[in-house]
Amino acid sequence: MSETITFTIDGMTVPGRRGQTIMQAADEAGIYIPRLCARDGLSSYGSCRVCTVMANGRPQAACTQPIAEGMVVENDTEKLKEIRKGIVEMLLVEGNHFCMFCEKSGNCELQALAYRLGIAAPRFPYMFPERDVDASHPDVFIDRNRCILCGRCMRASKELDGKHVFDFVGRGAQRKIAVDGEARLAETDMAAADSAVDACPVGAILRKRVGYVVPVGQRKYDHEPIGSDIEARRAEATSSQSE
Amino acid sequence: MSENLEQAVQEICQAYENDRGRLMDIVRAVQERFACVSGEALDRIAKHVGVHRVEVEGVVSFYAFLSKQPKGKVVIRVSNCVPCMMNGAERVAKAFAEELGIAIGETTDDGRITLEWTPCIGMCDQSPAAIINDQVFTYLSSDRARRIIQELRAQETPDPAKLVHKLGDGSNASDEIHSMVHNNVRQEGPVVFGPWTTGEALAKAVAMTPQEVIREVKTARLRGRGGAGFPTGMKWDFTRQAPGTDKYVLCNADEGEPGTFKDRVILTERAGLLFEGMTIAGYAIGAKAGILYLRAEYAYLRAHLEAVLRQRREAGLLGKRVCGKEGFDFDIRIQMGAGAYICGEETALISSCEGLRGDPKNRPPFPAQKGYRDQPTTVNNVETFCCVSRIIEHGSGWFSQMGSAGSPGVKLLSISGDVSRPGVYSLPFGITLAKVLERAGAEDPIAVQVGGPSGQMVGKDDFARTICYDDLATGGSVIVFGAQRDLLQAVAEFMEFFIEESCGYCTPCRVGNVLLAERLEKIRAGKGTPGDLEYLEQLGTMVKTASRCGLGQTSPNPILTTLKNFRSLYEEKVTEPVDGLQPAFDFSAAVADAESLAGRKSVHV
Repeated sequence: MSETITFTIDGMTVPGRRGQTIMQAADEAGIYIPRLCARDGLSSYGSCRVCTVMANGRPQAACTQPIAEGMVVENDTEKLKEIRKGIVEMLLVEGNHFCMFCEKSGNCELQALAYRLGIAAPRFPYMFPERDVDASHPDVFIDRNRCILCGRCMRASKELDGKHVFDFVGRGAQRKIAVDGEARLAETDMAAADSAVDACPVGAILRKRVGYVVPVGQRKYDHEPIGSDIEARRAEATSSQSE
Repeated sequence: MSENLEQAVQEICQAYENDRGRLMDIVRAVQERFACVSGEALDRIAKHVGVHRVEVEGVVSFYAFLSKQPKGKVVIRVSNCVPCMMNGAERVAKAFAEELGIAIGETTDDGRITLEWTPCIGMCDQSPAAIINDQVFTYLSSDRARRIIQELRAQETPDPAKLVHKLGDGSNASDEIHSMVHNNVRQEGPVVFGPWTTGEALAKAVAMTPQEVIREVKTARLRGRGGAGFPTGMKWDFTRQAPGTDKYVLCNADEGEPGTFKDRVILTERAGLLFEGMTIAGYAIGAKAGILYLRAEYAYLRAHLEAVLRQRREAGLLGKRVCGKEGFDFDIRIQMGAGAYICGEETALISSCEGLRGDPKNRPPFPAQKGYRDQPTTVNNVETFCCVSRIIEHGSGWFSQMGSAGSPGVKLLSISGDVSRPGVYSLPFGITLAKVLERAGAEDPIAVQVGGPSGQMVGKDDFARTICYDDLATGGSVIVFGAQRDLLQAVAEFMEFFIEESCGYCTPCRVGNVLLAERLEKIRAGKGTPGDLEYLEQLGTMVKTASRCGLGQTSPNPILTTLKNFRSLYEEKVTEPVDGLQPAFDFSAAVADAESLAGRKSVHV
């Protein structure tokens, strides 16, 4: 069996390697598939479903679906855009996402993705759940109003920090992130420098005393839309081809 | 108290060799002892088993029958599945509550008795029904409910088993089962409930090669009887061919789809046939071990199942050198569930067997490649294993000549609702729904839910359609609705079920179902607009398309299939907004708080 696998995304031929997921091959080729729970360096999880693509006519999560020779993938279609918008809107109404006073604004992947998808306001009714804030730890706080249950904190704590500070408890709509203690983050071995903090895509896990050191207007997604870094690889690839 | 807990936890963990993979059994045992798995217990279990406290909490908080907060020593769980509700479950629950002096969901002040709703417990043909600890109570009425509480209270030590005075039919009256449950087999049929000789199929199987056994199952074109209908021979072939040293045969006895109770009767009357089928599977795929995953609601059958396993071991049909076949060792253990419909999904079932939260797994890899403990695994339904035994016994031709071309064989249907003869029927695939309704004694049916809430609700226009995998597919559940029924009420209850049972892992199912239920409620309350019907269709399709597993891929079906087949029920409830005003928006209510704060009325009239 050969190492290289060739498949197509929206009719464009993409080279890949055996063992890669659709998302991994797409990223390398500079094709952006929107995602929230996937993150370089962490195992794939498949919970947000934002990266849903059509693979050989079937909906699959690009982050968990391995590529296969001749696979036909649809990514940038109206139908899939609608689904992704719907999922992001579901996340926006499920929690309490008040961007106007959240210090993650401008660095937030949920917000940036909503802008990229052209969401002005969710079409679904807000749920206004009661969620808590845990500021017990001296250096890191959790605001569960903003948690999108992506599990990146859990995976980063296990896979990068060698700890197990976070994990899921509860079922269904009661599913949430808990800490490895009786109740509070202060009881765990969480440290300010943990990768688990950097892994959070939204303002649910934040370092204290950082705030607005980088002012609004100069933040990551103020400069360019989310996914631009991946799409830049295509420009590089084509420019290196023409040399 | 703490010493007692430490001692108990240590013993329990040791009994399972401090194996993290047996966490389900460990937490179940602690729950049984202490009526909860407290924070302290979480710490101690984590210590003995070598995991983090939050992982144990994750497991305990997932399953309905486990709790961090203490429950009563006696837990009364009243089934609220649609057939039970149709027969008066609310009245029964109310009688329990009044007699106990608590609301549903609460525990008595003395901490002894808890009263809860629980989803379908597989007793739809003898409803209303409840479980009290492990005991099942059927054909309940408000009078009986009150008497049960009075009797419970009169007992010195509460013992629900002593409340069973009249025993059911068949093996339900045996010492091991000793239950008031009835089999209600209305049509035995030739396959699962036909006469059989123990050991005959197995002897035939081990005289063939494993490949020949698989070929016979393939030739019979047997498809899975749990609902999904995957070709069994193909599944076994993949599992057989997958690289791996320790393969597993898992039996899905989680039977949680509301309206399904045929596996419960198989477990009661044909456990031997089931175990024979599992053993044949073990031989075919090259496995040494089988696991029967039994839903917690069927715990009353456990002693009986263990007795049948013991008998088979004594007869050389399990254990070392099965049927005298050198090199073929196979044994079966029972894994109890703890109250989670999602664990009927094959990868969630595997997760649960591994002592994890019952979350479905990412696929690929599929269980045939990497299943239980990352080993090649086949997960099959109870009825499927029974069919295999009979196919090997009588030959593939005998089996496949019954039924239809696309769906060979017969199917066990569990029929409930507005029928005069509820119960279990063995009927050939290809039979029309009209014939099924006739057999079951449906008086004036207006709708049938075929395949449980994951299936479809069809009306009279579809009664000429056939029961088979390619038309009206079902794992067995058939719920019949008479003319007096409020179908949208049933749809709302089905949505409530999916919301309760969703594992919550993926966004579309976790959030989407709640949104669907909200809009349905608005429509039912007379506050909907025609645009809401389109909203339901779009949202429902989104949830179906993007969900990670079969639950979310089918949970919008109650709404989508009734929008398709009973659209007038929705249309008659919605109104076009007048002057652009949404019927759901009550202006006066919205400004009420502001008016009271400002001390004057708003001028909006």
